[in-house]
Amino acid sequence: MDIGTIAIQLLNGLQYGLLLFLIAAGLTLIFGILGVINLAHGSFYMIGAYLAYWLSEKTGSFALAIALALPAALLLGLVVERLAISFLYQRDHLYQVLLTYGLILIFNELQRIVWGNDVHGVAVPAILAGVVEITESQSYPVYRLFISAICLLVAAAMYVAIHSTRIGMMIRAGSSSREMVQILGIDVGRLFAIVFSVGAALTAVAGMLAAPINSVYPGMGENVLIISFVVVVIGGIGSIKGAFIGSMMIGLADTFGRVMVPELSSMVVYALMAAVLLWRPSGLYGVKA
Amino acid sequence: MRSLLRTISRRDLLRQTAVAGLASAANFIPAVPAIAQKAKVKVGLLLPYSGTYAALGHNITDAMKLGLAEAGNKLGGRDFELVQLDSEADPAKAAANTNKLIVGEKVDFLSGPVHSGVAMAMAKIAREEGTLTIVSNAGANAVTREMCGANIFRTSFSNWQVCFPMGTEMARRGLKRVVSVTWNYAAGKEMIGAFREGFEKAGGSVVKEILIPFPNVEFQANLTEIAALKPDAVFAFFAGAGAVKFVKDYAESGVKAKIPLYGAGFLTDGTLPAQGAAAEGVFTTLHYADSLQLPANLRFRDAFKKATGRDADVYAVQGYDTAQLLIRAMEKVKGDTGATKELIRAMEEAKFDSPRGAWRYSKSHNPVQDVYLREVRNGDNAVVGVAEKEVSDPGTGCGMA
Repeated sequence: MDIGTIAIQLLNGLQYGLLLFLIAAGLTLIFGILGVINLAHGSFYMIGAYLAYWLSEKTGSFALAIALALPAALLLGLVVERLAISFLYQRDHLYQVLLTYGLILIFNELQRIVWGNDVHGVAVPAILAGVVEITESQSYPVYRLFISAICLLVAAAMYVAIHSTRIGMMIRAGSSSREMVQILGIDVGRLFAIVFSVGAALTAVAGMLAAPINSVYPGMGENVLIISFVVVVIGGIGSIKGAFIGSMMIGLADTFGRVMVPELSSMVVYALMAAVLLWRPSGLYGVKA
Repeated sequence: MRSLLRTISRRDLLRQTAVAGLASAANFIPAVPAIAQKAKVKVGLLLPYSGTYAALGHNITDAMKLGLAEAGNKLGGRDFELVQLDSEADPAKAAANTNKLIVGEKVDFLSGPVHSGVAMAMAKIAREEGTLTIVSNAGANAVTREMCGANIFRTSFSNWQVCFPMGTEMARRGLKRVVSVTWNYAAGKEMIGAFREGFEKAGGSVVKEILIPFPNVEFQANLTEIAALKPDAVFAFFAGAGAVKFVKDYAESGVKAKIPLYGAGFLTDGTLPAQGAAAEGVFTTLHYADSLQLPANLRFRDAFKKATGRDADVYAVQGYDTAQLLIRAMEKVKGDTGATKELIRAMEEAKFDSPRGAWRYSKSHNPVQDVYLREVRNGDNAVVGVAEKEVSDPGTGCGMA
């Protein structure tokens, strides 16, 4: 590999990692603060993608589709939290796994009924459709750069929100000691509802952004679910910073793994997870159990 | 319950048993030939009716029904019944499902499946049980090679058959260095293996075979790799969602503008609406194309549209031909499903005009067929020509070949 190719593969890895971060950030918050194992997290990703497809068909504009889908996703997260998840905070993880697995089946069936089983494509908005020529033989799609920029913006916004706002303070406190936050008289129910809803919406946004490059198809949620759990475990449960570093590591390991050791590429990310866990059993930024 | 039992005297019981015995004997002894003629012919269909491949299963079934209806809904003068079982395209359930049809339902004919993994399990059992079986989609080479059997027929294609001609065709077009890319699973490897065989035989060289973990659809890293290798062209096999994503990524990454894309027909079949402009100019080979201008095809597409309201596709054609084969074989034996040898011979010798072209079988029971070269033009797989006429799978490892 020449230096130009390495640079582009680096870009590929970071871009994949940034998209993963959007998904994993929500998952790690829900897992770390609410203590809920949310297997249905991938379903929000799928719903985001289908909403982007459906609304951009209806409105003819991808930007408008996202503007409409975002509040819809926030609302959906809120409804799911109030109607289902909120009853299980005190319960064992097994109940949560059963419930959220059931949610996967329900969402998949709804998707089949509403949108059918066909694969759909979403057009990249015209202004972002071009490519940037990087070397004589290599070019890079503008839309992928755009996704990376959006993901970085979201990551920065999350950093500011968590470190410099009141609700961020509560989230930080909640992730290190849930009981203490409750004792201090913070409305935990409201905090949990917000966190779940935002987490679900972040994942849905990832689905919306990925729709033009990933296409939209049944079962797309399950594909990202496992890899985002890997990210959460590597980064340490409940840590946004960990999720960010973990996503970057997975993105790069996956990208370079499949080019340099194609025979082993499907296990590179899991080997990485195992190595990190041997070194730090609670993940990179995890609170020691 | 207990009191009821007590009221039946021993004599009553004896009498009833005797009557029942007589009745069943009366039914049984003289009726053997009559049953074979009068009872409905059972055709078992093991196809996916749910999940990702559901549309394929329904098209195969509906086209079979259309073919049978055109023949007056009779098989060799007898009524028939289609026993449909959802395969769920799950190889793990394939053996149990096949047994359900062969042993449980005692079907006279077995047909299906879409998934090659299911086909392997199904063909193995069918070969042991001797049930006449018609594979209506799965392309695994082994079905008409190592696993072939006198009672196993195929109305679709072998993976080798649709890709080997593309190798020859690409060499003919002056392409020298090609990268091939597919998922790392059995069908993918058979497809790019056959392509390589054809391409290298004709003087080309495959500079790299890229295998991507199945069913991963993140291709960006591999596209960068392809751009760096600068081949004359790329040969790809993906299907369904993977095909949509690969073709779109290939165009959007800018690689398509520099390196032309070729592939097995499934890369652009049934996926064009989702692929949009990204698929324009992609060349593929397949044993069928929607736009084939053959009288049998035009007539079939028209009838299928009228019957179902949907457009026919390659899967529907395969289902339709399965029905044609059944109808012709059963006519030959006048509906006697016990005449296995005659049925097999009738199927082997069947000749008719399929929507895909003239129909005939190879010695290993795989269709000998023209493989068409298609180019995506204005959202349609336009037939450019015939990549190779009368392609016959070599049937390597089959005792009958």
